[in-house]
Amino acid sequence: MEFWVIGIGIAGPGLDGWAAARPILAGATEYRPTPLTPPIPQLLSAAERRRCSQSARLAIAAAQDALLAGPLQGEAIATVFTSSDGDGAITQEICESLAGAAREVSPTSFHNSVYNAPAGYWSIATHSQLSSTSVCAYDVSFAAGLLEATTYTTVERSPVMLVASDLPFPKPLYGIRPVEESFAAALLMTPASHPGACMRCEITLTPHQTITEFPAAIPESLRSNPAARSLPLLAVLARQAADTVRLEYTDETDLVIDCEPEGD
Amino acid sequence: MAPLTVTAMATANPLGLGLAETWNALRTERQGLRPNDFEDADIKTWIGRIEGLDTEPITGELADFDCRNNRLALIGLRQDEFEQAVASARQRYGPDRIGVLIGTTTSGILETEWAYRRRVSEGGLLPLAVRYRHTQNLFSVSDVVRRHLRLTGPVASISTACSSSAKVFASASRWMAAGLCDAVVVGGVDSLCFMTLYGFASLGLLSSRPCRPCDEQRDGLSIGEAAGFLLLEREGTHDDRLRFLGYGESSDAHHMSTPHPEGLGAVLAMERALERAELKPIDIDYINLHGTGTPANDLAEDRAIWKTFGERTPCSSTKERTGHTLGAAGITEAILSLLCLRHEFIPGMVRIEQPDPQLRSSLMLRSESRPLRRVISNSFGFGGSNCSLIFGKRP
Repeated sequence: MEFWVIGIGIAGPGLDGWAAARPILAGATEYRPTPLTPPIPQLLSAAERRRCSQSARLAIAAAQDALLAGPLQGEAIATVFTSSDGDGAITQEICESLAGAAREVSPTSFHNSVYNAPAGYWSIATHSQLSSTSVCAYDVSFAAGLLEATTYTTVERSPVMLVASDLPFPKPLYGIRPVEESFAAALLMTPASHPGACMRCEITLTPHQTITEFPAAIPESLRSNPAARSLPLLAVLARQAADTVRLEYTDETDLVIDCEPEGD
Repeated sequence: MAPLTVTAMATANPLGLGLAETWNALRTERQGLRPNDFEDADIKTWIGRIEGLDTEPITGELADFDCRNNRLALIGLRQDEFEQAVASARQRYGPDRIGVLIGTTTSGILETEWAYRRRVSEGGLLPLAVRYRHTQNLFSVSDVVRRHLRLTGPVASISTACSSSAKVFASASRWMAAGLCDAVVVGGVDSLCFMTLYGFASLGLLSSRPCRPCDEQRDGLSIGEAAGFLLLEREGTHDDRLRFLGYGESSDAHHMSTPHPEGLGAVLAMERALERAELKPIDIDYINLHGTGTPANDLAEDRAIWKTFGERTPCSSTKERTGHTLGAAGITEAILSLLCLRHEFIPGMVRIEQPDPQLRSSLMLRSESRPLRRVISNSFGFGGSNCSLIFGKRP
């Protein structure tokens, strides 16, 4: 299967937006770890903005970034969201409430606790009534999401936005799932060549081998974030050179992505 | 789309374990709900509960996966000779050519909920015995299913709230169309936990009585738990009479937890399913409603059905029998719809005391035997995630 990349988004510590992150991932600029504060999505109404969870803000930050370069509006794009862990802070809050005497769960937290909350807020923000699927595969959620998005664009012949995001877990949940930093990445993909495309990618499933390493600049603390497993692919997109990326998918299988530059 | 054939199905739901018990309960109008007796959850509501989940731990090489949700998954897989059907497909295609897609909303969160309660009494950190990856994480149910069935093809969990295990059909269809797989095990598993009981209670969406979808006095849903699985293959090799004909997906783009008042997202999902199946509204003989029993949901869905089908097509919600099994609702109602097709039977909504006069679609109050060729099943979820599925049978 093949797809064309027409937009890239990123939100992470020291990687705040594709324009800033691209030279870092290409190795041209030094990486400086600066804390990330995902912006409140301005596309949402005031009421939705107040309710919007951290996980939704993070995912939307990357998705918005991926729309900046492109000629497409969010309304015309189907979505695939992927995350290993959803929103740990909300899980924590609800579990603590349930362990208390009153067992009162906040209604807003409960509706934000659904794994597809970022997808729901994004569709409200963009008015997209197209398909949206939220997939999870633990540590290899990015690979599973990439396969889902590629299959979607190939079969439905429609543009699709893949958004991968994961947040650090607060303590004590951190003790059973040590993710340290926030990170989100988004790829806007089309099923055929497009004037705005920067890369053509061909994706295949092959038996498990040694996978592509993280870009050297990426610190250990960020590598624990499952969504950051997108970074080897983003580094190739940043360099804008032909290359092959191998991502771990299942115990038996890797996703191999052969990238060929398009356009200028 | 190219229709797929349903070569096997298995269910564990509040109406029974296996297709025979489930069909018998459906036919005889037996209820699957009972007063809430889940652990010490002090909520006045009714639930659909599966027996045996407290006493049948997962042992052996999959013991790390032991939790209520994964126990329910394995109980489901043991029904209806499903494992044998998958083993036979594994022989035909090879384990790497069979995918696994399971829908769930809360997976094994109950384990983490218990850990927090122990922590409050004991203080400090969460017990490290919490096997996050194998219980709470949404992927654990897909992982345990593929390991149990010894499959090595593509795999993912889908979690789009209450449409989760309807969406698995859409993704499975794409996987097959793209040539990634020769067969896909689709399923849904969701089990009772404190989070959903207290969460839906906090939104005022739980009925204090057994739920009564489409009744004038309906006051909310009843939560149930279930596991269901289907084996989908291409037509032509191993045909059964039952077929999966089309799916339609949409987003409301309206609100996180209430549907669009005119059901616009639901209309899009049903229209897209019809289009993909190359059918017209008149070709559909029965609509299995999402029909949760909350005032807003049933009204919005009714408007959507009126707009898409008019008043002709008979419809009913089976949630009055099973409760709302959340992430397992899509697959459970797919299986119930397929049983209806197989036995040419429409289950009536026998709990309705007074039909809501605002609802204009053709609600079936009494069960009826009649010829059925094609049915549509609706699943809608929080976040405005909608999915409609069309099933048919070969003449």
